[in-house]
Amino acid sequence: MPDRYPGYDVLSKRNTASWNDASRQVIDARLAIVDSPEFFDERKWRTLRAICDRIVPQPAGRAVVPIAAMVDRKLADDHRDGYRDARLPPQREAWRRGLAALEAAAQARAGVAFHRLMTVAQDALLRDMQCGRLDGPEWDDMPADLFFRERVAHDILAAYYSHPVSWNEIGFGGPASPRGYVRMYFNRRDPWEAAEAKAGHEAAARDANENM
Amino acid sequence: MTVESNQLHDALHVPRGKDGRAPDPLRVGGWMPMREYREDEAVDFVIVGTGAGGGTLACKLAEAGFSVIGMDAGAWWRPLEEFASDETHQDKLFWTDERICDGDNPLKLGSNNSGKSVGGSTVHFAMVSLRFRPEWFKCRTLLGYGADWPLDWREMWRYYGEVEQALKIAGPVTYPWGPKRPRYPYRAHEINAAGWVLAQACEAMGIAWTETPLATISAPRGRAHPCVYRGFCVTGCATNAKQSALVTWIPRAVTAGAEIRDLAMVGRIEVNDAGLATGVHYQREGQWRFQRARNVVVAGYAIETPRLLLNSATDRYPDGLANSSGLVGRNLMAQTNQGVYGVFDDEIRWYKGPPSLTLTEHWNYTDTGKDFFGGYAFMAQGPLPQAWVSTQAGNRGLWGEALLREMQQYNHQAGFKIVGETLPQERNRVTLADEKDQYGLPVARVTYSLCDNDKALVKHSIDFMSRGLDAIGARDIWAEEDDTCHLNGTARMGDDPATSVVNADCRSWDIRNLWICDGSVFPTVGGVNPSLTIQAIACRTGDRIRQLAALGEL
Ligand SMILES: Cc1cc2nc3c(=O)[nH]c(=O)nc-3n(C[C@H](O)[C@H](O)[C@H](O)COP(=O)(O)OP(=O)(O)OC[C@H]3O[C@@H](n4cnc5c(N)ncnc54)[C@H](O)[C@@H]3O)c2cc1C
Ligand code: SF4
Repeated sequence: MPDRYPGYDVLSKRNTASWNDASRQVIDARLAIVDSPEFFDERKWRTLRAICDRIVPQPAGRAVVPIAAMVDRKLADDHRDGYRDARLPPQREAWRRGLAALEAAAQARAGVAFHRLMTVAQDALLRDMQCGRLDGPEWDDMPADLFFRERVAHDILAAYYSHPVSWNEIGFGGPASPRGYVRMYFNRRDPWEAAEAKAGHEAAARDANENM
Repeated sequence: MTVESNQLHDALHVPRGKDGRAPDPLRVGGWMPMREYREDEAVDFVIVGTGAGGGTLACKLAEAGFSVIGMDAGAWWRPLEEFASDETHQDKLFWTDERICDGDNPLKLGSNNSGKSVGGSTVHFAMVSLRFRPEWFKCRTLLGYGADWPLDWREMWRYYGEVEQALKIAGPVTYPWGPKRPRYPYRAHEINAAGWVLAQACEAMGIAWTETPLATISAPRGRAHPCVYRGFCVTGCATNAKQSALVTWIPRAVTAGAEIRDLAMVGRIEVNDAGLATGVHYQREGQWRFQRARNVVVAGYAIETPRLLLNSATDRYPDGLANSSGLVGRNLMAQTNQGVYGVFDDEIRWYKGPPSLTLTEHWNYTDTGKDFFGGYAFMAQGPLPQAWVSTQAGNRGLWGEALLREMQQYNHQAGFKIVGETLPQERNRVTLADEKDQYGLPVARVTYSLCDNDKALVKHSIDFMSRGLDAIGARDIWAEEDDTCHLNGTARMGDDPATSVVNADCRSWDIRNLWICDGSVFPTVGGVNPSLTIQAIACRTGDRIRQLAALGEL
């Protein structure tokens, strides 16, 4: 994937008027999340990490976002969403059951743990889960497609897109208080926003982003 | 919390409306004096919930000289120092206690529609402040669907004006639809690129559009400075430009002598042998307590209001309070919220500014060319990254490389979403589940299914909006087919005790000193966001209660 906002680092705004103290505290804490489990046991942790790598394949040569740990912390705190499809158990139980069921499917299909499968085989299993084609006693009536959508995709993607690295990737401005934005019209960029690389002008974008 | 600073969560654990003072949200670390009432002395009114309905009514009643206590299960925030620019962190504003959803179209709640704090859902709402179309108050008689309201639109027009003034709504000079209305108190906000996309699409389709009337100030007001276009509105406004109940009605109520108790979860309304409410049982600081009151007002939002009434069942009222009609919890209406999106060569950067700076009510005011009852507005959008990825993944099933590529178009995306009318159906309802929450109270089960009319409306809107995007050269147009937003209904008002729960004054038919004043009382929802109407009804109810008291009819 091309780097659309070369050199843009939302964290370079940390000490500017775009970040209030509250935002600094929150993002600092997020960046300090340690990449190890508090909620999951070793086995489920390995499965979860392998899933995260497929849902969000992170580019090489960049600091890795500890997505699995972020999901793990949501469960450790049992921080819920405020609603639950009646066909799903509460989130902790859903995750435990779903991960065990995916492991069982990997074993049945290939005789190895999910995290040892080739990525194509992992993707195939995840796609089967997404389409509701996985079932068996381990699921205990929990629909696999619903688990995929409401837990796997929902929790993993919410975690990734709460991390500044993902904001750099999509050119999002990040925290903005007390300073917001001034230039509202098409193609108008405030000097504290990410500059996009236009074909042939990548260096100019990098320059703008690095000197924000 | 293990991962985020505890200090920013203080308000969730330690009540602030205490010891004769209340937080002053407009000043860092500020306090204001607050009157306190004793639990064993009956106050005139206890109001459960301090959002659009309850917060407004608390202000009106306190200013009319009644003794008032407002209770809210949520925290009393100080936006200036406690609101981060962060979607995950600001979860603290939402009702995230468990609720169970089923039916053909199980709802998504939490950040999608449910607040829990002093100020209620207005603390994180998108500020769109629209009046109903006048005919909707008599839609059964005039338009052939739903149920008539027991209210007259001309009277509502006056109350809309009162709320617009109280919130200094920023809006256009002339509004393209409906009867004449006064000028909005503050000038309209500058339109962002996402808003211009809507304007262009409407012009291409030959329909009118306008700048959205918004409850965020476009010029200084007292100690609050104007909106700075930071775009985090639905996660709470850290600058206080947003005219939420937290910074408008609540401080006014406290100044007028109301007491607000935060972190006070009401679990049951007590009713005596004479069939009158005597007060509320509530939990605060880990203890169940009882507050005596001469009148109880329930204003907990369309889910918590019926839940509380059902949880208050007694031998005399085995089906819950105010429920002789059997309608408490029924006729829940979730407005539909479908969207269409496309990609543009231009940079849009839709994270800048309030999300919906322009809109069209064309299909609310046009009755021809429709194969369904009801109407819809559609408006410009500006989702933050987490909201956007959840739309992409939830609707299109994208993940992996395909999703990351799509997300990279973020700054070139624009689109529109509807606020669509749904019809009242008795099968859409709130009941009690077996599961219990942290207070030991049965949680709500929310059952929801769209009917054919709702689906026809959605289809019409998606076709129309897609054509609009296509007409202005958007690429990769796709539709988000599955989303709902605001909830209303579940304790409808009416003229007949057999077919409604409260009368036009929001007074329950069954228990004369029990009132309901929030979005629950809507008999129908129309195709506009509800909060202005909820606040207008609360203003009217406040005035009516004053009149009834003067007549000795309280
Ligand atoms: C993201 C988002 C955007 C929105 N955007 C708009 C918009 O642009 N325009 C618009 O008009 N509307 C919008 N809305 C909807 C609007 O905010 C609500 O319709 C409105 O606030 C509902 O008012 P209410 O009085 O019924 O309830 P609320 O404002 O939700 O207030 C209910 C309060 O009651 C409290 N409560 C409930 N039960 C109890 C209990 N048992 N004990 C103690 N306290 C209790 C809750 O904690 C809550 O604070 C939006 C909502 C959301 C979530
Ligand atoms: S855009 Fe305006 S209203 Fe929205 S959060 Fe920012 S300052 Fe508040």
